[in-house]
Amino acid sequence: MSKKNWPLWEIFIRSKQGLNHKHVGSLHAVNSEMAIENARDVYTRRQEGVSIWVVESVHITASNPDASEELFEPATDKVYRHPTFYDLPDEVKHM
Amino acid sequence: MPCPYVYSRCKISFLLNKNSHLNYILRLADSPMILGQRLSEWCGHGPILEQDIALTNIALDFIGQARNLYQYAAEVEGKGRTEDDFAFLRDPLDYKNVLLVEQPNGNWGQTIMRQFLYDSFNFYFYNELKNSTDTQISAIAEKSSKEIKYHLRYSSEWVVRLGDGTEESHAKMQNALDDMWMYSGELCAPDALDKEMATAGIGVDLDKIRPYIVEKVDAVLTRATLQKPESSWMQSGGKQGKHSEHLGFILAEMQFMQRAYPEAEW
Repeated sequence: MSKKNWPLWEIFIRSKQGLNHKHVGSLHAVNSEMAIENARDVYTRRQEGVSIWVVESVHITASNPDASEELFEPATDKVYRHPTFYDLPDEVKHM
Repeated sequence: MPCPYVYSRCKISFLLNKNSHLNYILRLADSPMILGQRLSEWCGHGPILEQDIALTNIALDFIGQARNLYQYAAEVEGKGRTEDDFAFLRDPLDYKNVLLVEQPNGNWGQTIMRQFLYDSFNFYFYNELKNSTDTQISAIAEKSSKEIKYHLRYSSEWVVRLGDGTEESHAKMQNALDDMWMYSGELCAPDALDKEMATAGIGVDLDKIRPYIVEKVDAVLTRATLQKPESSWMQSGGKQGKHSEHLGFILAEMQFMQRAYPEAEW
């Protein structure tokens, strides 16, 4: 099994009650069809989900942890970005 | 209005031979039981993790089907036997699985070829079995059909992937096909019991499904660039309890615990 012929795929599963696909792990497969079947066999055998997305790992770009400071810290002291300064009328309870 | 005596006699002969009914259910159970046992031999030995899990999932599907059918057989027999008695305490001569499922796993290609030949039959067989007038069999068939649909998809894809693969994989698949072919005929060759059950509306009319199976097998083998063997001579006897030497070894391993430690439980 060579890395070239069996690339790595990232697997995302949406559960029955869920609204979004969550990352659950990765596996090797030859193509996307096989990746779906492998994901079905490996990641849904305990009824974890009803929908599968597979993405070849090389197509995922992740943020660099070293850049966390400039990417994420500036947001910590900008409280005005959160909609918390309004008095919500009772009729709009579940905002 | 016929006289009551005549009416009840008619009813009894209409309620087919109870032995036939039981034997047919056991026959339905034995093939998945043995195939499940064979596939579980791959556990931990698969060439790749994901395929190890795939095959053992399939093995569990078959064992589950066998369990459902053995449980029903116990009910129909009504003598207090359980699914475990049927699975673990019957001898090879009592087993009515087809010869195909007791063939050795061999290499991955051989396992896949055996699986594909079985799945292509099983898919159409269970599709028909859903129409059984026996409501319990029909319910079991309804549930099992979904598993079987996946099995056929899985094994067909692998036959094509390996057949239309490298020179080496193609050669191994052709060898596997040449070896397994003579066991494929038994699957849809109806014997007296098959015909009796089909007439009673309980079993499947094998003549009816055969063309679909042939079409499916031909289509997949063609895509896989594999040559269907020319010989039309087929092995048979499994359904009548006449098995190859393999079954003895399979059952010895499978039944050892129950026979050595009767009544033992987990």
